[in-house]
Amino acid sequence: MVIPHDLTTLTAPEARTLLVRRAISATELTQAALDRIAQVEPAIRSFITITADQALAQAAAADAALGAGDPASTPELTGIPIALKDLFCTAGVQTTAGSRILEGFVPPYDATVVARLRKAGATFVGKANMDEFAMGSSTENSGYHLTRNPWDTARVPGGSSGGSATAVAAGEAILSLGTDTGGSIRQPAALCSVTGLKPTYGRVSRYGVVAFASSLDQVGPFSVGVEGSAMLLRAIAGHDPLDATTATTGVPDYVATIRDGIRGLRVGVPAEYFVAGMEPDVERLVRAAIDDLARLGAEIVPVRLPYSAHGLATYYIIAPAEASSNLSRYNGTRYGLAAVEEADVNRAMDLTRARGFGAEPKRRIMLGTYALSSGYYDAYYRKAQQVRTLIKADFDAAFRDVDVIASPVSPTVAFPIGARIDDPLAMYLSDVCTIPVNVAGLPGISVPCGFDGQGLPVGLQLIGRAFDEATLFRAAWAYEDATDWPRRRPPLATAATPAGES
Amino acid sequence: MTATATATATGWEAVIGLEVHAQLLTESKMFCACSSRYAGALPNTLVCPICLGMPGVLPVMNRAAIEATILTALALGCRIPEYSKFDRKNYNYPDLMKGYQISQFDLPFSEAGSLEFPDPADPSRTRRAGITRVHLEEDTATLKHVRDATGLAYSLMDANRSGVPLMEIVGDPDLSTADEAGAYLRALRQVLRYLGVSTANMEEGAFRCDANVSLRRPGTQALGRKVEVKNMNSFRSVVRALEFEIARQAEVLDAGGRIVQETRGWVDDRGITVSQRSKEEANDYRYFPEPDLPPVLTPPAEVDRIRARLPELPAAKRQRFESEYGLGADAAETLTQSRSLATWFEEVARLSGNPRAAANWVVRDVIRLLGATGGEIESLGIGPAHLAELVRLVDDGTISVRTAPEVLEEAVATGAMPASIVQARGLGQVSDATALAAEVAAAIAANPRAVADYRNGKATALGFLVGAIMKATRGKGNPGLVNDLLRSALDG
Ligand SMILES: [Zn+2]
Repeated sequence: MVIPHDLTTLTAPEARTLLVRRAISATELTQAALDRIAQVEPAIRSFITITADQALAQAAAADAALGAGDPASTPELTGIPIALKDLFCTAGVQTTAGSRILEGFVPPYDATVVARLRKAGATFVGKANMDEFAMGSSTENSGYHLTRNPWDTARVPGGSSGGSATAVAAGEAILSLGTDTGGSIRQPAALCSVTGLKPTYGRVSRYGVVAFASSLDQVGPFSVGVEGSAMLLRAIAGHDPLDATTATTGVPDYVATIRDGIRGLRVGVPAEYFVAGMEPDVERLVRAAIDDLARLGAEIVPVRLPYSAHGLATYYIIAPAEASSNLSRYNGTRYGLAAVEEADVNRAMDLTRARGFGAEPKRRIMLGTYALSSGYYDAYYRKAQQVRTLIKADFDAAFRDVDVIASPVSPTVAFPIGARIDDPLAMYLSDVCTIPVNVAGLPGISVPCGFDGQGLPVGLQLIGRAFDEATLFRAAWAYEDATDWPRRRPPLATAATPAGES
Repeated sequence: MTATATATATGWEAVIGLEVHAQLLTESKMFCACSSRYAGALPNTLVCPICLGMPGVLPVMNRAAIEATILTALALGCRIPEYSKFDRKNYNYPDLMKGYQISQFDLPFSEAGSLEFPDPADPSRTRRAGITRVHLEEDTATLKHVRDATGLAYSLMDANRSGVPLMEIVGDPDLSTADEAGAYLRALRQVLRYLGVSTANMEEGAFRCDANVSLRRPGTQALGRKVEVKNMNSFRSVVRALEFEIARQAEVLDAGGRIVQETRGWVDDRGITVSQRSKEEANDYRYFPEPDLPPVLTPPAEVDRIRARLPELPAAKRQRFESEYGLGADAAETLTQSRSLATWFEEVARLSGNPRAAANWVVRDVIRLLGATGGEIESLGIGPAHLAELVRLVDDGTISVRTAPEVLEEAVATGAMPASIVQARGLGQVSDATALAAEVAAAIAANPRAVADYRNGKATALGFLVGAIMKATRGKGNPGLVNDLLRSALDG
């Protein structure tokens, strides 16, 4: 292939090919990403921390490895610039989870996924911005700053993994890693026109990933082009002795089967996911994408997922309940922010939390504490777990008949910054189509499927059977291959930071 | 004044249930790889991101701790459900690293067992109290409250104990006196030590007891409002605290008052319980299933495998010692105090071929010698082979029973085998009839009065003459032979 003038336009498989051919060096590739960061960060602000020195040192090591023997025998991500959501613990590099309460926290340990990416030869360009503790759908809840959508900097990038999505969309990294608890990978991927995958619960280790809702959180990849996500998932997936909830199910070679086509694939379409209030352009583009799947040989079948309507309510019991417990450890006694001027330890812990947490974590701690409290547990938490079982059963029944389920990712395109910040319920509705997938523990991929009348991206969601990410990659790749959506990159504003920046 | 006396005198019956927390003797902590043997370690040296509750870390179950819990539950006759899980108990305190403790709420590893213990009111009988459940959780860090020279008070936190496996044994409210509570705790401690799952040392905090106490009219079933008593750091303080609390509640009720449902702390140096917090101030722990750990399945085959590891327990061993060795209840009780003492005794019995003599030696002399060193049987300077040889030396007449204790003491002091001590010190008893006949004749000649007394039917005179002969032989005369020779000389 031809070496492009701008290395940041390379997809992961393209970059791998050029690196193995030694047509480009890891240092050149990483430097290109760092130059891009320097160019677009004032407008986008994808990162809380940029780790240029670390990235260049890793790139030098990658070049040494590529030059030491057969370059093709190096790990697949050798020299590929990657952005990490700032809730992955990185030894020696500040990890904030987007919260002021963890400002200055430098973990002495790597998350398992970070350790695996180090071994896979990746270069880490920075820690991406996010909604505080992954609570949000716009990245406006970050305790640090806003992140702007590269397609329209007046709009949000989605969230909570907003910075991970924009980093890839804007060419600041070739791949990135996020987490998805209720849509936090798929929704920003859709709003920024990149691919994002939420794997099956238990597919990827959560060790060292700052927890939001433990039974829902899952780590997953972002990429331009579907194949990069397959490469990245293959590098991080698999059983981890440090995470008792990871599965021992083997990790297939997602890339090897990605081009196998979708002739005869049965694709279910649930009417329930084309919700009221959905933007007409979104519905039109998603239905068009489903027609494209049919043209590629898939068989389209209506399916019913009636209990998914209760997904949002279920989620907003379970996730805050778990979060209220997970966030208890942040009290200033061991790390992060501490109200050191307060002499009494109990008051110091309270004050630390009052200062360190933003409005959304506080709201969810209160919701969760209430849902778990004595006398309310049966009515809320237990009931939510029962509904969760029913939502799962719906999917089980549907998957007896179909191989994948297709739906919108988000009912709307990227909304203007500030539009929903004072209306938590409107914000929560951003995830109405993605949340049931987390509740059921299934894999879901968001793949770009066009642009609305204003030129804003729309995503198609494909949901799979548990541990069947391979089929999602295959279907998403077939669809992508038949379109040119990944070739369209955002017209970046390289001007000075817009006004109103926080 | 005993608690029973108090309650009976005032017409109240106490209802006591005990909750015991026992640290498990596993190599590593409950949910991380850190060592759980923190005694003597410098503060905060046995820690890692997991037991410090750092961001993003996850627990990994310690299978050995789960097995020890199930083993204990089986020893207490509990049922082991096939499906069990961990839960989070949420509360905030500076010694709790995650802001929640991983514990077990509604589906513990075991339920519905019982514990047998000697009835303090009638030592010849045993009583049985129900065990509600045995479950597993993790210990907290420790806080040390200090005051510096300027009077500034502050606290130091040590996380070495954070995450140490902690087994909770919840007893049914089946006890009615403070002494029964003491007997129950001793029996429970003995079982844990037999199983080798815990040091069960109360003073070191490896065995902690909280008590729920209420009073009711004898013959009634309804439970009164219960008070939870905490901060009891020894067996003695448990008994004292319960005696006080029973008397206090009886006094309140007799005066027409109402018992406040609350938690009270035992203040050892003042000998009283004081209110710590009322029910209204009690924590709402907001239990919910621990999402970071999958449920624990213990299929029947697994229960059988663990059950096969059960050693013979104190009660069974006592009974066997009585029937197999023909020992009295007291001796059997003493010999089964600890599993190691019982094993030691049985080895002596086997090697010597004389279990009853072995039992007598252990119960009288060995226990006394151990008392002097204050240690376990392993700390005694000799092994079972030493005592067995001593028993044989007595049995085959090489030494007399009078000489033997001296030999034992020397063996304990030096570690030398009894036979070599006897030989080196010339302590072997004289069983040569010719040699002893001369001593017998000499004694008869020297004590005409005693001889006359004996012949006049005063049997004690014989003892006097035996004594004289033993003195002359410096205790080495074979007492049986001396007796025989003396009788035949006097009666012949
Ligand atoms: Zn540890």
